[in-house]
Amino acid sequence: MPAEPVNDWSTDYDIFAREYIRDPFPIWDQLRASSCPVARTDRWGGSWMPTRYEDLVKFARDIQHFSSRNVLVADVMPAPGAEEQELSEEDQQLVQQYDVGAPPITSDPPVHTWSRRLLLPPFSVTSVTKFEPETRELCNALIDGFIANGRADGAADYAQQIPPRVIASMLGIPKEMTSTFTDWVRGFLELGLTDPELRQESGRSIFTFMIEQVQQRKEHPGDDLISYLLAQKVDGEPVPEPHVVGTCFLLLVAGIDTTWSSIGSALWHLALHPEHRTQLIEQPDLIANAVEELLRAYSPVTMARYVAEDVEYAGCPMHEGDKVLMNFPAANRDPSIFDHPDQVILDREKNPHIAFGVGIHRCAGSNLARMEMKVAIQEWLRRIPDFRLEDPHAVTWAGGQVRGPRKMAVVFPS
Amino acid sequence: MTVRIVKVDSEKCQGHNRCYAMAPAMFKVDEFGYATPRGDGVLKTEQDLELARRAVDNCPERAISIEEHDEA
Ligand code: HEM
Ligand code: SF4
Repeated sequence: MPAEPVNDWSTDYDIFAREYIRDPFPIWDQLRASSCPVARTDRWGGSWMPTRYEDLVKFARDIQHFSSRNVLVADVMPAPGAEEQELSEEDQQLVQQYDVGAPPITSDPPVHTWSRRLLLPPFSVTSVTKFEPETRELCNALIDGFIANGRADGAADYAQQIPPRVIASMLGIPKEMTSTFTDWVRGFLELGLTDPELRQESGRSIFTFMIEQVQQRKEHPGDDLISYLLAQKVDGEPVPEPHVVGTCFLLLVAGIDTTWSSIGSALWHLALHPEHRTQLIEQPDLIANAVEELLRAYSPVTMARYVAEDVEYAGCPMHEGDKVLMNFPAANRDPSIFDHPDQVILDREKNPHIAFGVGIHRCAGSNLARMEMKVAIQEWLRRIPDFRLEDPHAVTWAGGQVRGPRKMAVVFPS
Repeated sequence: MTVRIVKVDSEKCQGHNRCYAMAPAMFKVDEFGYATPRGDGVLKTEQDLELARRAVDNCPERAISIEEHDEA
């Protein structure tokens, strides 16, 4: 069903509109410059949306009013009665027992504090560096698969293949599962945001799979992240098993779509900017800074907050249960913080971007995501220094919660 | 003479790791990613000061500051 076209973005925005997904930047500029700093819509269950950097920081820090109990940008209603009819009694018990959400991303303190602390050491710079050689090998194996053809889909054949394999390796899950993961995660976070049945089905598949994996690790612990989580203690007690399942669910969902989107956007940018390819090839030390700049300019992730108590923000009356869209990507193009925000400047000196969020929910996987982006860009440029989009108009983008290219044919001298 | 010292506010730091990534000789991070200046944090050279200013500019949490003291 084609949605009604948007006339006024400040009172009726649509984050799933085709023009918003393809080119949100002028829309954000318009919203940032308008007199009210918070846009409003009734679409997709209704929400508020700040776009200025300072506002995003304030919303993220005010965890008392803006809870993380629901972080999805759209609320799709389950098909009427579907829930009750489909679930057996046994399943219902299971749902109740495991109803802990996806900690720490859907938690507020105090649960958030310990559940995040559990995750930080395995995702520290030192820990993720151990996966770098393996990631490099993986990127090269993928490139081997298409380099002789002189063309490839930079999104589907490359970007999309990397994060699921790396997280599978960390969790100790067979890498053959990669394409299944990809389908599940897209079904949950991308296509499922506007399709309740698909969303429910995908969520259930990931959940069931994780319960099985956790059971296996309890019997046969290994040198992997699931076994690590099961072995941790909080206040002297083992971490409850539903919590481990919820966190593993999150790691799969949070680490895949996001990172492949940012790798894909980076390649899209480099395909269009030969001068930036040359700059990176001639100055390899620039890569870390370049990754931050690409994250800023093409930030993939918009989260949401749930208004926990009535509050007025900049004159906007927000009511308990309202949704606020945390538009980190728009904040990262705010001209009051970033000089020439619409220009990609690989050696930009001042770049306090919040692509990974800001405040207590700062992306726990950020070091891993940076490592994957760095390696993916380095290996691509080393093997395929010269490439371009086959047809810039044929590139398709996903958006809403996570923005990035999904079909992106590139051609290069073979 | 002015003495300049780089500080990290541990209440504000959320472990974005930007400071350590750009100035590993000036900052260290613990296993949870939280940063602290190495040693006493005194900025001895112009290059140190420049690097510390860049860390200030890139920290999304505004957790880093440069304190100035006048010493006889
Ligand atoms: C470029 C890739 C990525 C981007 C842009 C990104 C972005 C984000 C953002 C914006 C948040 C904050 C959520 C909020 O404020 O509600 C977040 C949280 C989180 N991310 Fe990422 N993420 C990426 C990759 C990853 C990866 C690879 C993993 C792990 C496998 C991961 C795991 C997490 C976790 C566990 C949280 C929750 C932290 C908390 O609530 O304390 N992310 N991410
Ligand atoms: S950049 Fe800021 S938030 Fe990040 S580790 Fe350094 S001090 Fe902490």
